[in-house]
Amino acid sequence: MHRLARVSEQHAIEAASLVREFKKGPRAVDHIDLAVATGEIYGFLGPNGAGKSTTVLMLTTLLPPTSGSARVGGFDVVKDGPEVRKTIGAALQEAALDPLLTGREHLRLQASLQALPRHDRGPRSDELLERVGLTEAADRKVRGYSGGMKRRLDLALALVHRPRILFLDEPTTGLDIQSRTALWGEVRRLAKDDGVTVFLTTQYLEEADVLADRVGIIDHGRIVAEGTPAALKAEIGRPTVEVVPADPTEEAHAASILARFGEPVASVRGVAARLRTGQADLAEIVRAFDNEGLAVGQLQLHQPSLDDVFLFKTGRSLEGADDEGEEEGLGGLAMEPA
Amino acid sequence: MVILADQIYLLARRSVVRTLRQPANVIAPVVFPLMLLAVNSGGLKAETHLPGFPTTSITAFILAVPFIQGALFATMNTGTDLARDIQTGFLSRLSLTPMRGIALLVGQLGGTVTLGLLQAAVYIAVGYAAGVRFASGPLGVLVLLVFFVLVVLAFGALGLFAALRTGSGEAVQSLFPAFFVFLFISSMAIPRNLMTVHWFQVAATANPVSYLIEGVRSLIVIGWDAEALALGFGIAVCVAAVAISLAAWSLHDRLARS
Repeated sequence: MHRLARVSEQHAIEAASLVREFKKGPRAVDHIDLAVATGEIYGFLGPNGAGKSTTVLMLTTLLPPTSGSARVGGFDVVKDGPEVRKTIGAALQEAALDPLLTGREHLRLQASLQALPRHDRGPRSDELLERVGLTEAADRKVRGYSGGMKRRLDLALALVHRPRILFLDEPTTGLDIQSRTALWGEVRRLAKDDGVTVFLTTQYLEEADVLADRVGIIDHGRIVAEGTPAALKAEIGRPTVEVVPADPTEEAHAASILARFGEPVASVRGVAARLRTGQADLAEIVRAFDNEGLAVGQLQLHQPSLDDVFLFKTGRSLEGADDEGEEEGLGGLAMEPA
Repeated sequence: MVILADQIYLLARRSVVRTLRQPANVIAPVVFPLMLLAVNSGGLKAETHLPGFPTTSITAFILAVPFIQGALFATMNTGTDLARDIQTGFLSRLSLTPMRGIALLVGQLGGTVTLGLLQAAVYIAVGYAAGVRFASGPLGVLVLLVFFVLVVLAFGALGLFAALRTGSGEAVQSLFPAFFVFLFISSMAIPRNLMTVHWFQVAATANPVSYLIEGVRSLIVIGWDAEALALGFGIAVCVAAVAISLAAWSLHDRLARS
């Protein structure tokens, strides 16, 4: 009763000024604050090395914070580790499976270690295998599973003990679109039908956009923007036009033409401007380039996306930012704490 | 207590299943020590003519070696399995359950002990087929099995310690040649009192592996040698206690969960 009361508090996940430093690395998480409502799907979006997985490891009690505090399901992640672990399920960055065991053996082991009553272990395993579409493959060794099957089994394992809060660390990385869509459907169903709070990290804009009720964008360990996808995009407001001149040496000239229609913004491929008056300017822009005799290789109108939000907040594109970060994740555990 | 026992049983069962599903990890620890036994039995036969040599059967004398060599494989297999769990994140998954650390360590050694018993049964059977009879009788065989399980646990725990410190299967496997040096600089091929090279005799006397071999050998060749058994069991218990303590300490660091 006590536990249920705690979980039903307004915020399933809270963090205040959470910090994680490593001796031989940068400050992976730098004073982040979080407040994830019960039943919400919260998307934690950022490039590789931004601090997403380190945050998840701290919230799941697998990595102690350097400073700050966090409560998950009403329990302090440092002081009440066992209670937090009872409340949560987690599928970490890599599908953590034993290639020599079958899918069913994984679920039975997990059900037993989670201390499910003996009579419930078999039926619960069968139910989850069916839910993630692995009934037919249940008695095959995991080393023969595809990436999508491993991810689905990983999700099933995280759900064995019926957690109220679910952490999914880049659950669809490396999956084909079919597997990705199936997993999105299951996550949605968990939140909608079962009322599970989902904390989902991703580097895919589309995933955050489609799945998350609210999105937090993290870069270099700091949350740079937070809100619903629609609100974040509305913050950027007007569309941008991107022009790639046919002759790359004409970029400065192209930028000066675009500057007549809006303020310049960063562009990965050419030059871009956020339009002052919306897409009605488009015909004028084409005419202006024509009048100046500047040949255009490509011209694109972008409605605001979460990438634009990231670009606006950090000055870099999310896709381009990937190359800057170091791979993070469980490897972080091997780093020495400061 | 019931929950802890249940956890140990579950993890031990997984360890046994994993071991049996890796034929290479079963065949190598059984076959390679027997190959060394065959080579040594043929090559060192003349030793039995040395004055003071404890037996006329070189096979009986050398039969102690496969037990210790086989236990070295335990180090590698147990450590490599745990290192793989660390690398795949499976240990983190287990960490998110109410599993107790001690259950992981003891359970992980379950497969090692199972394989150890299989190894011991094969070595004893091969020895018997080659005409070796235990001077200590059937009770000696039972004591040997207990002793061998203890040695396997000690070496297996060393493997766990190495895996937990490094998190790398390759690092664990690199220990194997180092352990082999200890095996060769011991009384495996000749009794210490018959060694003529002084530095080798000193090294073999200082080497704990000599006493493990001599403990096994005493049961096969001599009968009931209290000193050899006390030294053998004493060293095995000490190594097991130290190795399990180190592994438990490393597991605490590795789990790092609050």
